[in-house]
Amino acid sequence: MQKNIIIAGVGGQGILTIASIIDLAAMNLGLNLKQAEVHGMSQRGGAVESHLRISSKEIYSDLIPLGKADLILSIEPMESLRYLPFLSPEGIIVTTTEPYENIGNYPDIDDLLNNIRMSAKHLLVDAKIIAQEAGGSKTYNIAMLGAASPYLGIETEELEKAIEIFFKRKGDKIVEMNLKAFRLGIEKCKN
Amino acid sequence: MKQLLLGAEAIAQAALDGGISGVYAYPGTPSTEITEFIQKSPQSTKTRVRSSWSANEKTAYESALGMSYAGKRSLVCMKHVGLNVAADAFMNSSITGVNGGLVIVVADDPSMHSSQNEQDSRVYGKFAMIPVLEPSNQQEAYDMTRYGFDLSEKMELPVLLRIPTRLSHSRSVVIRQNPREQNDLNPSPIDGKWILLPANARKNYQGLLKKQETLISLSEKSRFNRVIEGIGSSAVIAFGIGFNYVMEVIDAFRLNTPVLKISQYPMPKQTIREFCDRYSEILIVEEGYPVLEELLKGYLGNKKFRGRLDGILPRTGELSPNVIAKALGVKSSSIQNVPDIVVGRPPMLCQGCSHRDLFEAINMVMENYSQKQIFGDIGCYTLGALPPYSSISTCVDMGASITMAKGAADAGMRPAVCVIGDSTFTHSGMTGLLDAVNDKSPVTVIISDNDTTAMTGGQDSAGTGKFFDICKGIGVEEDHIRVIKPLKKNLEENIAILREEFEYNGVSVIISQRECVQTLKKNRKQAIEIE
Repeated sequence: MQKNIIIAGVGGQGILTIASIIDLAAMNLGLNLKQAEVHGMSQRGGAVESHLRISSKEIYSDLIPLGKADLILSIEPMESLRYLPFLSPEGIIVTTTEPYENIGNYPDIDDLLNNIRMSAKHLLVDAKIIAQEAGGSKTYNIAMLGAASPYLGIETEELEKAIEIFFKRKGDKIVEMNLKAFRLGIEKCKN
Repeated sequence: MKQLLLGAEAIAQAALDGGISGVYAYPGTPSTEITEFIQKSPQSTKTRVRSSWSANEKTAYESALGMSYAGKRSLVCMKHVGLNVAADAFMNSSITGVNGGLVIVVADDPSMHSSQNEQDSRVYGKFAMIPVLEPSNQQEAYDMTRYGFDLSEKMELPVLLRIPTRLSHSRSVVIRQNPREQNDLNPSPIDGKWILLPANARKNYQGLLKKQETLISLSEKSRFNRVIEGIGSSAVIAFGIGFNYVMEVIDAFRLNTPVLKISQYPMPKQTIREFCDRYSEILIVEEGYPVLEELLKGYLGNKKFRGRLDGILPRTGELSPNVIAKALGVKSSSIQNVPDIVVGRPPMLCQGCSHRDLFEAINMVMENYSQKQIFGDIGCYTLGALPPYSSISTCVDMGASITMAKGAADAGMRPAVCVIGDSTFTHSGMTGLLDAVNDKSPVTVIISDNDTTAMTGGQDSAGTGKFFDICKGIGVEEDHIRVIKPLKKNLEENIAILREEFEYNGVSVIISQRECVQTLKKNRKQAIEIE
């Protein structure tokens, strides 16, 4: 088993939460993993990404080689394209469709989505609606984790276990809300 | 004991397990997480490991050295440019030597993700003639930190552990070893060793030179330096994290290239010689400067050694599996480009940030002057150099804004204004302000005080609540220490105060005081959780 995943977004969107949950699940399965993240200056509203590698074999590089990512999981549509050079020809982009416009020259969203459609295998997700249905805009990330879960190479139950562990200290209500968002993410994106 | 840790955290955990009595540091990306991990660890509370932030890297280093003098183990952490600040203490500590184990972790930032340069700290290690350890992965970061403390005590020298951003900020599973007790208090008994009067210093320096043979022989035997056998006439010498990228390519393309991995310096001469004799072409893979490549190539440039100097690897920036693949002559798979529609998303000041209101006011005052330059410093407010504000014109080193403004004022520039953050001011700004006061230089120093070291994630700032008194104590006239609150509703008033002080023909200080919005949010959230 070997998966290379790029998780992308804008500083402050919480991409590291997604990474942490996948990490937990992979670790519980006894898999090797490496997860490189961005700290520091870029976190101030800039583009951020995490390279997450999971394997049953030894992993050497902390960075995914260009053209070797199986999945780009993005919480922002334009950010999904920024890491396109990392995507393998068979890889897939799973991204939200809602732009995060904190810059003046943000491109036209329809052009952007068309560009994603032309660039690779893709799954475009309206995470906002899913998160609302799950009961909170803060579950946005977890809804996306659900949407992308068929491409992670990790069983759904393992990811759910990891979500429970991760949110446990925040109370049962938060755990339930995130589990709901995760399941809705899977549900709405079937096929 | 298995744990999922960042490289930085693996070092912190190893230092705790290795029995440190204290960690000393000033925050700086990518080194901050080491100290933060120790501060949050229940293990350090239980064993009373001292861990609060120091005013700067020099005070941190000297405190760590003092703890070592007293017989206990200490860790000191900084980013690469921080070692420039601590360099005086660092260089001389290799002449005094140490008592309790002293490991200095320096986190380099190749590609300058969050830094002004990409200087390579291994050069400092060689300069000071002390052992340098350069782990290639998180497990080695743990193991080599543990080893570093033992080595430091054995050789009675500080040990430099060097990591790059990519290792510091990447997580993996780390296996821990049994923790060790802290040392007993046992101040250094050796007379004269710590007094670097010339006569003693000369003697100590001879001692340091004599230790070099032993250090080399330790590198020869080190389990962190090893050969991965292969076939063919060309080979690789890979240093630190460079080893990972090389092995990634060898593994992916099923190559048989022999590799010599080096993670402990000084260089194991005999090992290197024997390895180099066996091959006709050798790729030197170093994360950072081509330090050893230059050495191996020699002044006349032996063409057998390839690397950053002859362009087979890029001269600057972080390594990656792809640049190594290219250097090893294997073709990476076809790669798509980033579509043109994607535009840059640079970092920016947060919405509601106090620096924003300050820069807005400064810009409006500066409209009246033909001279538009404002001296800047290092922190979030450096982003005031970018649109929409484009307020500041310089960012060189910690504290430089004040002294550069002073120099420019001496040259006749009016107004001479600088913006410095609260934490940067106590790090390296106070002495410069004293220079300006003593010279009665016409400068206006704006301390943008947001109660925290914000850029690195909101660590405590050394001068919080003390800035008025500090400036007064340094000798700034009380009438010209003005406190403003940077808010929209105060804009007119703030502009008036700035204008008055820019016009003052002497040293003035404006303390622009409002809490960082990020720490405000964090504190509110914590308060709610406690309720």
